[in-house]
Amino acid sequence: MSSASSTTTGAAKPSSTRANPANKWEAAADWTDGRVGIYSLAKANLRKIFPDHWSFMLGEICLYTFIIIILTGVYLTLFFKPSMAEVVYNGSYVPLKGIGMSEAYASTVDISFEIRGGLLIRQIHHWAALVFVAAMLVHMMRVFFTGAFRKPREINWVFGFLLLVLGMFDGFFGYSLPDDLLSGTGIRFMEGAILAVPLIGTYVQMFLFGGEFPGHDIVPRFFTIHVLLIPGIMLGLLVAHLILVFYHKHTQWAGPGKTEKNVVGMPLMPVYMAKAGGFFFLVFGLIAAVSAIATINPIWAYGPYRPDQVSTDAQPDWYMGFSEGLIRVMPGWEISLWGHTLNLGVFVPLMIFPLVLVAIAVYPFIEGWITGDKREHHILDRPRNAPVRTGLGAAWISLYLVLLIGGGNDLFATHLHLSINSITYFVRVGFFVVPVVVFFITKRWCLGLQRRDKEKVLHGRETGVIKRLPHGEFVEVHAQLPQQDLYKLTAHEQNQPIELPAQTDENGVARKSGALARTRARLSRGFYGEGNQIPKPTAEEHNEITSGHDHH
Amino acid sequence: MKKLSARRRHPLAALVVLLLALAATGGLYAAFAPADKAQADVAAQSLAIDEGKKLFAVGCSSCHGLNGQGSSDGPSLVGVGSAAVDFQVGTGRMPAQQPGAQVPRKKNIYTQAEIDQLAAYVASLGPGPVTPEPQQYNSTNPEDISRGGELFRTNCAQCHNFAGQGGALTKGKFAPSLEGVDAKHIYEAMQTGPQNMPSFPDTTMPEEQKKQIVAFVRHTTNDEPNPGGLTLGSLGPVTEGLFGWIFGLGALIAVAIWVAAHTTKAKKS
Repeated sequence: MSSASSTTTGAAKPSSTRANPANKWEAAADWTDGRVGIYSLAKANLRKIFPDHWSFMLGEICLYTFIIIILTGVYLTLFFKPSMAEVVYNGSYVPLKGIGMSEAYASTVDISFEIRGGLLIRQIHHWAALVFVAAMLVHMMRVFFTGAFRKPREINWVFGFLLLVLGMFDGFFGYSLPDDLLSGTGIRFMEGAILAVPLIGTYVQMFLFGGEFPGHDIVPRFFTIHVLLIPGIMLGLLVAHLILVFYHKHTQWAGPGKTEKNVVGMPLMPVYMAKAGGFFFLVFGLIAAVSAIATINPIWAYGPYRPDQVSTDAQPDWYMGFSEGLIRVMPGWEISLWGHTLNLGVFVPLMIFPLVLVAIAVYPFIEGWITGDKREHHILDRPRNAPVRTGLGAAWISLYLVLLIGGGNDLFATHLHLSINSITYFVRVGFFVVPVVVFFITKRWCLGLQRRDKEKVLHGRETGVIKRLPHGEFVEVHAQLPQQDLYKLTAHEQNQPIELPAQTDENGVARKSGALARTRARLSRGFYGEGNQIPKPTAEEHNEITSGHDHH
Repeated sequence: MKKLSARRRHPLAALVVLLLALAATGGLYAAFAPADKAQADVAAQSLAIDEGKKLFAVGCSSCHGLNGQGSSDGPSLVGVGSAAVDFQVGTGRMPAQQPGAQVPRKKNIYTQAEIDQLAAYVASLGPGPVTPEPQQYNSTNPEDISRGGELFRTNCAQCHNFAGQGGALTKGKFAPSLEGVDAKHIYEAMQTGPQNMPSFPDTTMPEEQKKQIVAFVRHTTNDEPNPGGLTLGSLGPVTEGLFGWIFGLGALIAVAIWVAAHTTKAKKS
């Protein structure tokens, strides 16, 4: 971009023409500019404007926790031994003395009890990972519910989605490394899922584990995937994600002076440098405080992994919890044909697992196709003004939560004094019913809020002042909203459903419209047709009512 | 002998003879006493059984039958042994409050003496596991903790959780938490297999191993200060996830709202 051009021109003629720099810092800056052209880079980006809203900082939480994870992860690699060689523990933790275990487990126990600061760093690493994935999910939901995924940001949505999926799996590989009883159970779970795949399952399993479970290869292999492969890809995606954020500029809420062509907010330098820098330290401090207060993954209590042992409460970390839910509630069906078994009880959940994720990932493209909207959008939607989208998003979240309940069914059973069987049946039904119910409730809710907005625009807000009229009637005085609030409530545009072309053309000849086009028109009516959005008040309506305002 | 004979008229001779006679009588008494005491023990035993039977008739017979033969509401107690009674009554599970998926632990209303009497009566119905002695369940060897840990993870953790916090079983039944349970009761539970628990008689799990498991459970649930801070219930990743969402991400979002609310004001010139 501009930096490249300035570098080439810089070689011929330095960007800075100052003969005598005021001090050595200026001299150093001049020196650097002469070689990599920082002045034009800075000029283009230091005054970059960001709008101010707390929800725009969710992505920052993701970025900072990712940095924290990398920093602490590097420290842990100095002491972790990714080996499944058998050793006998003889460290300071009494309940494990004299027990045989893998080097991976022994070194993790040593990190926890022998290495200075090791346990705190381990806990920061793990807590930051939990918060990282949670923040990515919430960030994604923010983007979803405000329609920030619309053109031109669809690719960045996909990048973000890939970061979420990679983050989930890197978390899985990470907590599988210590080779404790819980992580070994998780790897066994994964092995079972692989074996359930018809035809290739056994081959993939043998390839991945280098033989029968558990073998001696899986921890070293997971280690490479966890510290090198996935973080490398994530780092690349993260940079691309941020470059695109800079390139697209940030979205903003509707408001006076805010248009599709500008960004209203504060400049990167100095305001956001200070805010974002400070926020990084707040995030780091808070995660460190949580890690100092609460245990996460007490591997010493789990004990080393042995295939003949298992503990209850063997759940994955929360982001993999919905896969646990799928497998726990799926009936254990299987089909045996010609000496081969197709284990539906595991295979079906394995197939639904990616579908749950992909369902949310492809939504922007589906909505784009239905609306046929090819324009750029930089002003965010309020969730209520897109009732169907908001309803679908809420339905997806409810599906996710129902599956999380399924994944933790034993703890819900013991702590709420319920039968685990009843919870499982509830989840089986709820998997199909709850998202539908949530969709309709959310949609009605959004429409209700739209009606309220309309009411507020036309009749003003309730002041709480009761006035008695001369003839004895009591009325509540409504006050007109300020102009900027009226603007905010009416700035959104309302899509109209796509109309199919007339069935016959001007000559009366029947026109063909394909099944796809008809589906699209039907979906479009479902999104924007009558009853699916409340027509927003027009200026005429407003004027008509406010002109006679004193009378009611 | 001459010396003795010469002093037979010594003024203190009578006293010496009296003392010797007393010692002989005392010695003879002592020699016969064990037999007497044994008789007394049998009497105490039968007394305990009698007393136990009375307590049984009041507290237990409505479900287990007047002679402990069982009924539609409760199983036969013939052959359950004194250990089962000591466990069930000592942990407050019996007498049961109400029928249900499982009888929970509650406050024990009997004294240990009464429990022993009940146990003596039930043990008299038929041979069964005997209430253990302290040396059977109190371990002094520190290595027992790690051995017990291994045995616990193999035999117990799949229901009681890796830290003895308990877990769910089917249809509202559950493996209870082992926190604050007496060493004796843990041992008796393994001997007798109460409610939904399988029993681990000495033939499948030797006494020594039971003692090691007790040592591990006591260490893990009672003595151990957790190195990492709050345990969050030692319930695994579910509570960690909940905690992370609320106090990790929740707190960070609160901080974000605070940061976003404090912004520089544009100067009006």
